[in-house]
Amino acid sequence: MRRLLPHPILAGFLLVLWLVLQQSAGLGHIIFGGVIAIAVSIAASAIIPEPIVIRRPWKFVQLIVVAGLDIIRSNLAVMSVLFHPRPNPTAGFIEMDLTLKNPFALAILAVILTATPGSAWLEYDRARSTVLIHVFDLVDEAEWVATVKKRYEALLLEIFP
Amino acid sequence: MISDLPLWLSILVSAFVVLGALLTMAGCFGLVRLKSFYLRIHGPTMGTSMGGGLILLASAIYFTVTRERLVVHELVIFLFVTLTTPVTLMLLARATLFRDRVEGNEGVPKRPEKIETPAAPLKT
Repeated sequence: MRRLLPHPILAGFLLVLWLVLQQSAGLGHIIFGGVIAIAVSIAASAIIPEPIVIRRPWKFVQLIVVAGLDIIRSNLAVMSVLFHPRPNPTAGFIEMDLTLKNPFALAILAVILTATPGSAWLEYDRARSTVLIHVFDLVDEAEWVATVKKRYEALLLEIFP
Repeated sequence: MISDLPLWLSILVSAFVVLGALLTMAGCFGLVRLKSFYLRIHGPTMGTSMGGGLILLASAIYFTVTRERLVVHELVIFLFVTLTTPVTLMLLARATLFRDRVEGNEGVPKRPEKIETPAAPLKT
């Protein structure tokens, strides 16, 4: 079973993606999509040797909702700065320590922070477990770090072991 | 055609399209007007997150109602755009960081003292 389906989550995700892309849940699409999903997940096991474990799937939904709301808020905040006649945001770099080590959790955090217009994930240092972030409108550095830790990192630590 | 649409739908769809376009335009303005590279990378993110998202949402609503079936492949577009943006952003940002550090420009955080390359050991 593990040899045929090394990454069940990835395969399931790919199958759903395929069906959405085809706009149909017909038997032919399910079979073809299933073959593709299994083939890709077997190929991916060369890059991702260890199985992906997600411990609390419902926390994932919470993470998506929290991140989505923050992205909307950040969009409106950055837009108000940019439509100002002389945009002069107080930007700054932040070097943030991360407790997170799991590569998938780090990737998700990077996607969230990059998709938020107010912040950009620049450079992750694996040796020291820190990440360099550029913040568009930085008011209070300590507060910003605490917000990211509380809102995203805590959830990601619960989801990924 | 658009004249056959119910009023509420036309208003909803146009509001989403206009707001999405406005956000994307704000991002483009930012790309042109902001002073430094690190500021400018924040601009286009608006187009790829909420700006593009709203336009895709409008498209999904419009085609779901006019075709009378659920049209959600816009979700896939949004997913792919969101997943791939960080790759180009990090590539550009790290190239600029590298250059700024080599040239010794001001206002850039120093490179950490000890850098361990996380390369996998070569199999011989």
